[in-house]
Amino acid sequence: MEKMVNVYFFGKKYEVPESLTIMKAMEYAGYKLIRGCGCRNGFCGACATLYRIKGQTELRTCLACQQQVEEGMYVATLPFFPLVKQVYDIEKVKPTEQIMMQLYPEIYSCIGCNACTKACPQSLKTMQYIAYAQRGEYDKCAEESFDCVMCGICSSRCPAGISHPQVAILARRLYGKYIAPKSEHLYERVAEINEGKHDESMSEIMNKSLEEQKALYNSRDIEK
Amino acid sequence: MYQYTQEQLDSMKKVEASRKERLENLHARMTADEKTAVLKEFHPDYIEGAYETLKIGPNKGEKVLHELADLLQGKSRIDSLKYDLTKPDYDVDVLVIGGGGAGSSAAVTAHANGANVMIVTKLRIGDANSMMAEGGIQAADKPNDSPARHYLDAFGGGHFAAKPCLLEKLVKEAPDAIRWLNELGVMFDKAEDGTMITTHGGGTSRKRMHACKDYSGAEIMRTLRDEVLNRGIPVVDFTAAVEIIKDENGKAAGALLVNMETGEVLVAKAKTVIIATGGAGRLHYQGFPTSNHYGATADGLVLAYRAGAKLLYADTLQYHPTGAAEPTQIYGALVTEKVRSLGAQLVNKDGKPFVYSLETRDVTASTIIRECKGRGNGVKTTDGEGVWLDTPMIEIIGGEGTIEKRIPAMMRMFGKYGIDIRKEPILIYPTLHYQNGGIDINADGETTNVENLFVAGEAVGGIHGRNRLMGNSLLDIIVFGRNAGKYASAKVKEGITVGKLTLDHVKAFEQERKDAGITSDILSPKLLPDYTRKDM
Repeated sequence: MEKMVNVYFFGKKYEVPESLTIMKAMEYAGYKLIRGCGCRNGFCGACATLYRIKGQTELRTCLACQQQVEEGMYVATLPFFPLVKQVYDIEKVKPTEQIMMQLYPEIYSCIGCNACTKACPQSLKTMQYIAYAQRGEYDKCAEESFDCVMCGICSSRCPAGISHPQVAILARRLYGKYIAPKSEHLYERVAEINEGKHDESMSEIMNKSLEEQKALYNSRDIEK
Repeated sequence: MYQYTQEQLDSMKKVEASRKERLENLHARMTADEKTAVLKEFHPDYIEGAYETLKIGPNKGEKVLHELADLLQGKSRIDSLKYDLTKPDYDVDVLVIGGGGAGSSAAVTAHANGANVMIVTKLRIGDANSMMAEGGIQAADKPNDSPARHYLDAFGGGHFAAKPCLLEKLVKEAPDAIRWLNELGVMFDKAEDGTMITTHGGGTSRKRMHACKDYSGAEIMRTLRDEVLNRGIPVVDFTAAVEIIKDENGKAAGALLVNMETGEVLVAKAKTVIIATGGAGRLHYQGFPTSNHYGATADGLVLAYRAGAKLLYADTLQYHPTGAAEPTQIYGALVTEKVRSLGAQLVNKDGKPFVYSLETRDVTASTIIRECKGRGNGVKTTDGEGVWLDTPMIEIIGGEGTIEKRIPAMMRMFGKYGIDIRKEPILIYPTLHYQNGGIDINADGETTNVENLFVAGEAVGGIHGRNRLMGNSLLDIIVFGRNAGKYASAKVKEGITVGKLTLDHVKAFEQERKDAGITSDILSPKLLPDYTRKDM
């Protein structure tokens, strides 16, 4: 018989197998999830969760699909958090400091408590990337925030009302579009295709008989 | 923290012991005949007992897996719903069903083309397999590569079954898809001079896998989502489409919607409809675990089928070779193919390699199943068995720090259970990953037999044939998402007059069910799987 532990979903006690994740434990207890469940693999941020272990004061955070249950776990899910998402035209914004001041001025109210960093289930240096955003260092902000799943737990803990994930995605888009080096080979290939330079080689291969295509496929050279 | 069994520990030592020799001597590639043989004997697509013949609908007489047949021939939900088609709650030009990468690309493109477009999705925008794609996206944009080469790799990898006009579009528009994403702000892995960092995937003859670390899909999806929101495109979330509505002339003209939380029924009228509902992993075909998101239940196939659209290759699925086999908490979760692109090898319980690491997915998965079920060379795991994926090789080949830099999500996923993939190999087994088949479309993305009904993304059949190469799915959601958005909005511009709305085709389908003697009361589309405990 599998070892069972006691967990508390929204304060109510359930006995569940110890091997389960919080998400699977909720389902084991009978919850048919609609909210708070997305990719179930730690990429989408739908299952932001807060918990406290009985007898401890520390408030912990996790993604419910990535965290195993423990004895005495008091669990509250955070399936939605009202982040502020400012609307902008990516073609018109520029990667300057001013854009953050315009769109997300609250980042300059950061009091340096570091609650966001402590709360991040992805272990990102959240406060650090906000500092980079304040200074307009979008390359660093983009890199530091790259693994963000936009669950919003950081923002739920922020006394300054910052919507960290939205600041981060603006920084990443600015970096990806305006700051990262341009891929010349990509633009050359797109131009070649638009000019029809690959039409002949395409139709040549497509017009071959199936037998010829098979022979070509089985003997094609493979880059080391 | 994960505790290895003694057997696993003993076997791991053998993997470590053979590592040096394996680094120097790569396993040979298989011949065409060897591939055919292992597929026939071990690939799940060849297990006849798992299939049944469809009794009704556009693909009557063809075989599909039991789980899909139950839904395609299932009972509509409309009998229990109150609705009034004469008073639509929404009236738009283009209705996009599904909020993943294909739906979002379609919506952005249609919007840019001046259409009044709306997205409806049963969960949130971005709750989709697109978000979970890790390894990368293919495009032939390097000087030693070409669209023709990309075509040959994908055509052969898909067993020469792809619809040529679709595959042609996929490879020719691939570089422009990357350009489009890059200009939206997607952060591709690049060298300092801007050259895209590209690797091999299984079955590629050139290194054309572009990536955004191992968050490739997440980076693309969150950027597209941001763009949808910036454009002010309405997203009706937590609302499922349960039927396609047609007009009196038999053309697609909207969808019947149900709020997932409140049960409220809504009518959406549209000039064109784009189905972008994704895959079917959550049907757990043949009892497999899956790498798919919670809502991957083949809804779009059911909607389209009942509306009269034909399916293509609905019998073929992709089992990704490397799903996590331990720890049990992440059983079936995707371990990206990029792990093998970077040098990790597949090794059996005796520390012996049994396949070249980058054969196509169907072949590789079959050799893993053969190693376990056919040869008894698997390692026992909590949920069954598996083989090793020797991740520490990546650090030896690429240098210390490669794993953290190139596959941080994998490091984190296993790290949560105390497994350091830089030092320890991991146990894997095939997991249900992708729906190769789907709804039949033409090169404009429109279904071949229901006018004004378009399809994009994993719900499409025929782009990849009977097996898909790594990195061609992230590509297809962008290419065919944009394509559907372009042509669906162009058709609106040309002028579409929607006639009286009707669900008579659903009633006719119900009659067909009765006439064929189908009495099951399984409701479809399924919408969500049910994982609640059954012995309560």
